[in-house]
Amino acid sequence: MHPAIQGLLTIAFGVGGCVGYFYFSNLVLDRVIFPARGAHIARNIRRANMIRPWLFLLPALLALGLYLAYPVVETLRLSVSERLPGGGSEFVGLANYQQMLAEAKFWEALKNNFLWLLVVPAASTAFGLLAAQLTDRLAWGNIAKSLIFMPMAISFVGAAVIWKLVYDARPEGTEQIGVLNALYIYFGGDGPMQWLTIPFWNNFFLMMVLIWIQTGFAMVILSAALRGIPEETVEAAIVDGAGPFQIFFKIKVPQIMDTIVVVWTTITIVVLKVFDIVFAMTNGQWETQVLANYMYDKLFRANDWGVGSASAMVIMLLVLPILVWNVYNARREMR
Amino acid sequence: MTMIAGQKPALTWALRLSVVLLVGLWLFPTLGLLVSSFRTADQIATSGWWRAMFPSEQNLTLRIDPPSEQLRQGDLFVIEGRLFAEDTSSEISAWGTSAREPAAYQPGETAELRRGGTLSVAADGAYRFESTEEISGKRGPRVFVTATVPPEFTLENYETVLISGNSTDNMAKAFFNTLTVTIPATIIPILVAAFAAYALAWMEFPGRALLVAAIVGLLVVPLQLALIPLLKFHNEIGIGKGYIGVWMAHTGFGLPLAIYLLRNYMVGIPRDIIENARVDGATDFMIFTRIILPLSFPALASFAIFQFLWTWNDLLVAMVFLIDATGETTVMTKQIVELLGTRGGNWEILATSAFVSIAVPLGVFFAMQKYLVRGLLAGSVK
Repeated sequence: MHPAIQGLLTIAFGVGGCVGYFYFSNLVLDRVIFPARGAHIARNIRRANMIRPWLFLLPALLALGLYLAYPVVETLRLSVSERLPGGGSEFVGLANYQQMLAEAKFWEALKNNFLWLLVVPAASTAFGLLAAQLTDRLAWGNIAKSLIFMPMAISFVGAAVIWKLVYDARPEGTEQIGVLNALYIYFGGDGPMQWLTIPFWNNFFLMMVLIWIQTGFAMVILSAALRGIPEETVEAAIVDGAGPFQIFFKIKVPQIMDTIVVVWTTITIVVLKVFDIVFAMTNGQWETQVLANYMYDKLFRANDWGVGSASAMVIMLLVLPILVWNVYNARREMR
Repeated sequence: MTMIAGQKPALTWALRLSVVLLVGLWLFPTLGLLVSSFRTADQIATSGWWRAMFPSEQNLTLRIDPPSEQLRQGDLFVIEGRLFAEDTSSEISAWGTSAREPAAYQPGETAELRRGGTLSVAADGAYRFESTEEISGKRGPRVFVTATVPPEFTLENYETVLISGNSTDNMAKAFFNTLTVTIPATIIPILVAAFAAYALAWMEFPGRALLVAAIVGLLVVPLQLALIPLLKFHNEIGIGKGYIGVWMAHTGFGLPLAIYLLRNYMVGIPRDIIENARVDGATDFMIFTRIILPLSFPALASFAIFQFLWTWNDLLVAMVFLIDATGETTVMTKQIVELLGTRGGNWEILATSAFVSIAVPLGVFFAMQKYLVRGLLAGSVK
C-alpha cells in the first residue's frame, strides 16, 4: 500500500474515533439514559446537565492523568527501585541516586545545565528585548520581526543541521565552507577550529542554536508589552529631558518587568527540556552533556531505568519552583 | 511619537543599520542551508555557500568523449569536443593529465599522453585528442583542470531526496510518516481540549477551580518523566510502538496548553450569547458546536499551529513511542539525525533533507503567523 494512502486511513481512523466519542456519548445521554421527554422531563434534563461536564472532560482528564500526572508518581517509584532480571522490581531506596551522584557524567550534565540556564534565557531575553525595541518604530519593523521570529518554526534538528554547517571545519589549506572558520581564518586565525570539540566553549556554540530559536519568541511577547506602555510616562520623561537610553532602561524596562520574568521562566522551562540539539550535534561528547540527554542515555542506551528515572526526577525538581509559582498565580487570578 | 524631540538623524540611521544587521545575522544560517541545497557536492566542497552567486575557481576532474566517438582524419584518429556544456562560460586557467600534476599545462598547450597520443585543451574547454593508432578502450582519458566555473544551481539534490534516492537518502516515506503523526496529533488534542475548555469555562460543577489550577501546574511538567512509565503502559495494553501510541502521547503532552489557551479565550465570550441560546432550548452540545466552536476560531487556529509545529518538529516522542526496530515508521527528524551521523560530510543530501523537513512548518508559519502571535500573547502574558 502506498504510504500516503496508509497514512490517510490511519488518520481517518484516529480522528474519526475521537469525533465519534463526543457525538455518540452525548446522543446516548440525551436520548437513551435521560431522554428529554416523558414523565420526568425536568428531572432528566437536570440530571443530564450534571453528567455532561464530566462527559466533556472525560477524555481530557484521562489523557492528562495518564500522560502527565501518573508518570510523575511512577517515575518517582522507578527511581527508588531496581529492575529484577526476569521481570518485576524491588525497592532499593536511594541507591539509584547514590549511583547517579557518583558518576562524573552526571555532574558534567548538571554543571552544563546550569550554564545553559544562566546563559540561554538571559541572552534570548536580552536579544529579544533589543529586537523588540529596535523594530518598534520602523515602517518595515514587522517584516524584520517575522524574519527574526522565523527560527521558531524550525525544528531543533533542522537548526542543528543549519548550525553544523556554520561550524563546519575543512582540513587546513582547503577552502573553508563553514562561515565561522572562514571568518576565523580571514581575520588571521591559524588553521580551522573544530568548534564543537573544544571543551567548555563548545557548550556556548550549542547554546547559540537555542538562543537563535528563542529570541523570536521573547521578541514577540516583549514587543507587545512595549506597545502596552502608556505613552504619557514616556512623554513625561522626554519633557524632563531623558535621553533614549534613559527612557529605555529607566522608564520602559521597569514597566514591563513582569513580562520579562514570564518570558525568562518560559525559556527556562524550554532549556530544562532541551534534548534534540545536544543529541543531534554532539550527543554529549566533548563535555557537552546535559540532563535531558544524560537521561535518554541512561534509559535507552544503558537500559538503566533506575538511574534514568532518578535523573528525570532531578529535572522535575528543577521545574518544581516554576510549577508552584504558576499555580499560585493562576489561583490568585481566579479569585 | 515618531518625531519626538531630541531624535537625531544619526541615531535613526544607527537604529536602521542595527536592525538590518540583526535580521541579517538571524537569517544568514538558514540562507546557507537553502543555498547549499541547490548546489552540487563538488561546489559545496570547494567554496563557501556565500560565494555561490559568483564564479569560483575549482579543481575538476573531467573525461573526454569515449573512443567510440573517434573520427579518422587522414592518418590520424581524432576525438574532438568540449569539456563543458555548450552554453557555459567556464574558463580553464591550467590543466593536466595526471592527478599528481593537475596544473602542468597552460590552456592551448599540447600534452603527450603516457598511453600514446597528444591532447590539447583550449581555455574555453574545447579539446582535440590525436593518435596515430586507433584509440581503444571504453572510456576517454581523464583531464584535470583548474577552471573558473560560473555559478550553477541544480534541483538534482531535491530529486534524490524526494524521488530517486536510496533508502537512507530518500525522505518520501519519512515525509508521509511525519504527516501521519502530525495531522491526528494536531486534530485530536484540539477536539478533546475544546470540549474540556468549554466545560471549564461555562459549565457549573464542583471542583472546577481545582481542575484549572491542576492544569496550570501540568503546563510545566517535563515530558521526560513520561517516557518510561508510558512506554511500559503502551506495551502492557498491547499497542507497543506505533501511530496510536504516538498520537496519544502528543495529545497528552499538548493538552495542558490547549485547555489553558482555549479556556482563557472562551471565558471572554459574552455570557449573553450562551444564555440566550440556553433559553431558546439549545443543549450544551449544540451551544458548543454551533456557537462556541465557530467563535473560538482564532484560539483554535493558534493552538493548531503550535501543536502542528511541535509534532512536526518532534524527535524525542517519536523516537520513544513510534520508531521501532524495522525503521518503517521513521520520521524526518530522526532520519536527519541519522544522516548527520552517517553522512556528516555529504552536505548536499543533508542540507536538502533538512530543508525538505523545515519547508512545511515554514510555510505554515508564514501563512498563519497572525494567529501564532495571538496565541503566544494569550498563553504567556496574563
